Amino acid sequence: MTAMIDLPQAEPAAQAPERKSKAGGSLGKYLLIRFFLIFPTILILVTMVFFLMRLTGDPITAALGGRLAPDQLAQRIHEAGYDRPIFIQYFEYLGQIATGNFGRTISDNLAISDMLATYGTATLELAINSLIVALAIGIPLGMLAAYKRDKYQDAILRVLAISFYATPVFFAGLLLKLVFSIWLGWFPVSGRAGTSTEIAMASLAAPTGIYWLDALRSGNMDAFWDIAQHSVLPAVALGLLTAGIFLRLVRTNVIGTLSKDYVEAGRSRGVSEYRLLTKHAYKPALIPIITVMGLQIALLLGGAVLTETTFEWKGLGFQLAHYLTARDFVAVQGIVALLAVIVAITNFIVDVVAALIDPRVRY
Amino acid sequence: METKKSLFSRLPVVSQLKKSVGLQRGMLIAGIVMTAAFLLTAALAPLISPYGATQRFNETQAPPSSVHIWGTTAGGYDVFSRTIWGTQTAVLVIVVAVALSIFIGVILGLLSGYIGGWLDRILVVVADAIYAFPTLLLAMVMSIAISQGRSNMWSGIFSAAISITVVFIPQYFRVIRAETIRLKAEPFVESAIVVGASSVRIMARHIYKNATRTLPLIFTLNASEAILTLAGLGFLGFGIEPSSAAEWGYDLNHAQTDAASGIWWTGVFPGAAIVLTVLGLTLLGESMNDLNDPRLRGRKRVGKKKNGPTKDEELVDA
Repeated sequence: MTAMIDLPQAEPAAQAPERKSKAGGSLGKYLLIRFFLIFPTILILVTMVFFLMRLTGDPITAALGGRLAPDQLAQRIHEAGYDRPIFIQYFEYLGQIATGNFGRTISDNLAISDMLATYGTATLELAINSLIVALAIGIPLGMLAAYKRDKYQDAILRVLAISFYATPVFFAGLLLKLVFSIWLGWFPVSGRAGTSTEIAMASLAAPTGIYWLDALRSGNMDAFWDIAQHSVLPAVALGLLTAGIFLRLVRTNVIGTLSKDYVEAGRSRGVSEYRLLTKHAYKPALIPIITVMGLQIALLLGGAVLTETTFEWKGLGFQLAHYLTARDFVAVQGIVALLAVIVAITNFIVDVVAALIDPRVRY
Repeated sequence: METKKSLFSRLPVVSQLKKSVGLQRGMLIAGIVMTAAFLLTAALAPLISPYGATQRFNETQAPPSSVHIWGTTAGGYDVFSRTIWGTQTAVLVIVVAVALSIFIGVILGLLSGYIGGWLDRILVVVADAIYAFPTLLLAMVMSIAISQGRSNMWSGIFSAAISITVVFIPQYFRVIRAETIRLKAEPFVESAIVVGASSVRIMARHIYKNATRTLPLIFTLNASEAILTLAGLGFLGFGIEPSSAAEWGYDLNHAQTDAASGIWWTGVFPGAAIVLTVLGLTLLGESMNDLNDPRLRGRKRVGKKKNGPTKDEELVDA
């Protein structure tokens, strides 16, 4: 939720290490250095989680302690190699990751890669849905707020944006459930789809894992309708959180471009205020908006954990909470590694886009 | 905590209130009022709430009545009392979390910015990695590592606070480091070096005093984030046990199943408490941020109504 606040220092600092490590030179060199910074980011997060999880003991005791006799427990710990020095285990783990072998979950014995694929697509679907909601709400309202700057509409919209941010996803979800599922009965309370749809989706050959896409591809319109109904409330709950940020972002940037000389010049030529807003001011404002949007991925992933738990949407976040409670270290490390990769790559893309657009970023 | 005290005394709310006009003043005042209400409720919780936070009753899921004005939960807790006591937990966690992260973040930022070199590079990469990662996920892993998932009031507050701290340190670190690097080139630092002041003295006196001016702002904004993270942790079941202290997030977790059967009072009140608190703190922080930035600050207009600035004028002087 960090990026809600646009402190003056926040964005420039994101590029600080690259700027420093680069004293004049070509775009190619900048991109190369920036690319190699992906790896330490992932390594640091994976390392942190590895050692944090080991602070609580070994995975076998954590998962099975109390259910097995002490000698059996010791036997299994020894077999799994968890009684060896932690640094040996750590480097062994790094070696495994490097070769793409993430191991199997302890609690339900799934291959980590399968687990990530199954639940990752569910999270991806939720993220896409909520991004659509956020853009549909945030951009028009942000432009309106910029246009009506310092009038009462602006004040209302700004307070609205802050309220979106101030409302935790699970409370928004609770209110949405109360109003739209319980009192009005329009949408189901939780889940990704009804039972019959779940079965239909599971029996598809070569599914993408994104339900509405699968339903469309197989031409199953009943299933699509069912999925759409299930998607609305989670998408709105998570979407509103991000919509507040987009609203503010669009507002600030459009206000910035609206005050530029060329807009003033357009106004003096008699260009309509509406056209000034939508053509002259909006498009240049998009560049910083897109960059910051990329940085919202962390917020979206954090929000996804809460949304998934609220709506029993079986995605990565839901499973992460579940595996953490079960002390399934291998699964937790796998999920964190995947999320670290996503975050690092998104930030890389954002920086590349920023560098391509604005030469000042790369000096 | 010398750091904290001096920060509080420098919280520039008053000067900003004077600078503000019209809507911005309204938002700032709303923020101040809501934050003050939050702090007052926390301080007076024993007087306001009719029952203890962990006191259980036989009536479960009872709707609001004269005995339990906001009803009771499935666990037999009084919703009103728990919501009121929840402010105390929130204040404690904010204070511990923000104090710790300012303390550590400022020290690391000063060292990294002033000394530079490899230390700086490593710290920056680590801070960026943590900063980029979803706050809540890291806090979840941290809280499991610290408290092993079960905690009483104080250890719960500390484990929640430390989990939040880890995520916040990079923010303070980055701000202080950037300021330190800027200040290092200032003539007064150079003259201090010439005079023969030690590095520690330069960092502690000359740079520290100047680099920490922006902190009250981040502090206010972080306080709201701390509440959201605490509630998120509680909601996911990695926070403070309900039998040891009242915590809004945990209550909302249990309210989810209540909501599915139409019981609204267990969730709506603690949820509203979170929203109002975060809203107040954010309004306060945001208004101060805008008022510090001359481009975003509204201006008084001579000879005109305060509340009716025309847009064109506004845009020209912006």
